[in-house]
Amino acid sequence: MRGILGYGTYIPYRRLDLSTVAEVAGGGGRKGTRAVASYDEDATTMGVEAARAARRAAPEAGIESLWFATVSPPYLDKTNATAVHAALRLSEECGSYDLIGSVRGAMGALRAAVGQPGPALAVAADVRTGLAGGPDEAYFGDGAAALVIGDETDGSVVAELGAWVSLTDEFADRWRRPNEERSRVWEERFGEVRYGAIGRDALDHLFKSTGTGPDDVDHLIVTGTHGRACRAVAQRSGVPSDRVVDDLGTVVGNTGAAHPFLLLSAALERAEPEQTIVLLVLADGAEALMVRTTPAVEQRPAGGSLARQLGNGAPISYGRYLAWRGLLPVEPPRRPEPARTSSSAAGRSVPWKFGFEGSRSSDGAVHLPPLPDDAVHLPMADARGTVTTFTIDRLSYTPSPPMVFAVVDFDGGGRLPVELTDVDAAEVRVGDVVEMTFRRLSSADGIHNYFWKARPYRKGDD
Amino acid sequence: MGSHGIKDKVAIVGMACTKFGEHWDLGVDELVLQAAEGAFDSAGVSRADIDAYWLGTAQSGMSGLLVSRPLRVNDKPVTRVENFCASGSEALRQAAYAVSSGAYDVAMAIGVEKLKDSGYQGANAFPVPSDGTNRTVTAAAMYSMIVPAYAKRYGIGVDEVKQALARIASKNHANGARNPRAQFRKEVTVEQLLAMPRIAGELSVFDCAGVADGAAAAVVVRAEDAHRYSSSPLFVKGLSFVVGDGSGVSDPDYDYTTFPEVIASATEAYRQAGITDPRSQLAMAEVHDCFTPTELVLMEDLGFCERGSAWKEELSGSFDLTGDLPVNPDGGLKSFGHPVGASGLRMMFEVWLQLRGEAPEDRRISTFGARNLALTHNLGGYPGEMVSFVSILGTEGPGS
Repeated sequence: MRGILGYGTYIPYRRLDLSTVAEVAGGGGRKGTRAVASYDEDATTMGVEAARAARRAAPEAGIESLWFATVSPPYLDKTNATAVHAALRLSEECGSYDLIGSVRGAMGALRAAVGQPGPALAVAADVRTGLAGGPDEAYFGDGAAALVIGDETDGSVVAELGAWVSLTDEFADRWRRPNEERSRVWEERFGEVRYGAIGRDALDHLFKSTGTGPDDVDHLIVTGTHGRACRAVAQRSGVPSDRVVDDLGTVVGNTGAAHPFLLLSAALERAEPEQTIVLLVLADGAEALMVRTTPAVEQRPAGGSLARQLGNGAPISYGRYLAWRGLLPVEPPRRPEPARTSSSAAGRSVPWKFGFEGSRSSDGAVHLPPLPDDAVHLPMADARGTVTTFTIDRLSYTPSPPMVFAVVDFDGGGRLPVELTDVDAAEVRVGDVVEMTFRRLSSADGIHNYFWKARPYRKGDD
Repeated sequence: MGSHGIKDKVAIVGMACTKFGEHWDLGVDELVLQAAEGAFDSAGVSRADIDAYWLGTAQSGMSGLLVSRPLRVNDKPVTRVENFCASGSEALRQAAYAVSSGAYDVAMAIGVEKLKDSGYQGANAFPVPSDGTNRTVTAAAMYSMIVPAYAKRYGIGVDEVKQALARIASKNHANGARNPRAQFRKEVTVEQLLAMPRIAGELSVFDCAGVADGAAAAVVVRAEDAHRYSSSPLFVKGLSFVVGDGSGVSDPDYDYTTFPEVIASATEAYRQAGITDPRSQLAMAEVHDCFTPTELVLMEDLGFCERGSAWKEELSGSFDLTGDLPVNPDGGLKSFGHPVGASGLRMMFEVWLQLRGEAPEDRRISTFGARNLALTHNLGGYPGEMVSFVSILGTEGPGS
């Protein structure tokens, strides 16, 4: 039976306290926080982090296809999933595809992954923006989640995939022009009524086709593009309210395409064996999916890695948040901006640049970057390291000065002088343990320069 | 096989150096002209007497045309060389070998850099198309890593290291203040230096070399011809150049308190020149103080003092003008300024002045008259991946 072999989530480190918005923007905000992607993160980098976590949970599954969904693709024309593919060091034969532009696309990614013969990876990630002081700024959040789908022969199935109801409906309740920083919405009541009806239809279909009812549901997830409609459908579903999965709205916010996978992961992280989870996604129609956990669902890190990611955040000021998103134009450093990355040079160094592969020479020394004549290639992305020395560079160009730069010695050998991220300069100490994270160093001429940085290892990030 | 050096085979018979600084009214052409014509005059030659030119510049232009065009030199070889911040020294080294081989009778080495046309403060490397994974950290930040590393290795406080660094900057500013060609001619006290805001690690702007425009040039001939051009030539006693394999940046054993390339190049130059105790044999040294911690480490790597003692020696004034081994009597990169391709030849220009008694009295080295050998040290790159040049020059020729 096809099912979920592993799931992984990624909540960016920074949290915006939404009660600070109104003072600046004149209105908006709310109680609680939203997750904020760093200035060096985008949907691709966060997707990589979530996918790395999912693959750690299902290490035996040899991924044969990759499906990447996002509303905020870093590239058009060019496929974004290929960078995820490269960072995960997947095989060349692993087909990698984007489903971009809509929240609903995530369910398409999952459906495609389920429909494949071999192990498949569905990844969804989003950086969700809205204009300052608007409701979307407070409703949205940034994050990613990934699911490894496969059969029992590919690993331990933690949840079997059951019935799936898909209803498509054309109406413009929420939309965004390409390359705009904001979504536009129709009058709220219209969507609430329309989604209310189609959401109930989808649940009815699901229960009928499986011979089940609301009482059989142990965890109900309702998410989508219309917050109020989701809450209303959950309330009227007949599923007891204590079985409705929290939508993470007060801490993370709605992460767009990532949110269905994120909430499914949240449910799996708390579920007991032999429980039923229903995922209902209200986005341009309705997608209802029933999954059934197996005893393997308990094979997970104690405490749950998403729970620990939620607890690991640090605040960011509203001004810096706006600057990071490009919504507040701040004076750039008075230094030359980075030149664009050479596509041909980058194309030659994919294992290093994207896969973070070093090499080992015959004398046993580890080389980062790899030496051209070393035969042994070493995957280093999951190696932890220690800060041997570091410096704070107030001169170097960075979109978020100052640059914190450390000499990192990796467990098992290898040294790299590398930029630190997700860190406050004053907190860095020699001896700090760090882990590698895939980031966007800069962008020039529309080319994003992806590479790795180090960040403090905080228990639970994995 | 082997490195043999060219001790006493080549002499410098004329030198010139422009004022270093912000030359808003001078371009590369004018700087080249000033330095070249000054060196022609110094050697008593005309440009027609020069058989071949070597030009050192890191990024102020390309090809020998940078010299041939402003000097209106036709039908002569002009070779542009580049080796990071040691490009000027590299030009001198190539010119010296060329005359030593007999290929040419008279050669000119010239170094030039026009840094102040970039529109940005600080020096910025020319972007080479890349895969985007190279470090973007500044040189100041890379060299700032020496400070905590040095403190840790020798069990002293970072504050003690900072005192020594401030003393280095203060010394070099005091020397530069007495040098009309220097970019910064203001004395700065240790207290003022310690109060500066930090820009990279523990370093302030005043721990960094001055970003300057400038040029310097030398005329070289075979030693046996030297007295036809100058009554007091400078003889080349040793020239060494070492390029590391860059493994330091990825070697977990590298600890940022020493530059192996410098040790190797100094060892080779001392061997060529027959120097066994540089501290007592050298009259002076011009070293590559691109950042104050660089000078600190160089004092040990060049063998001027014991490991772990440079900070104390700097504090006690051993390397002051009045010390027993004056270091950077012209102000160094710190206050003379660092027009990259010109700096190596600028160092030799100070040797030219000091050993031959032409340095002004208020900047004269304590060893003048007592010793007749001097060292210049010019490096490029970063801790762990650098190029290093050492020359030994002296006033006594082969016959004496």
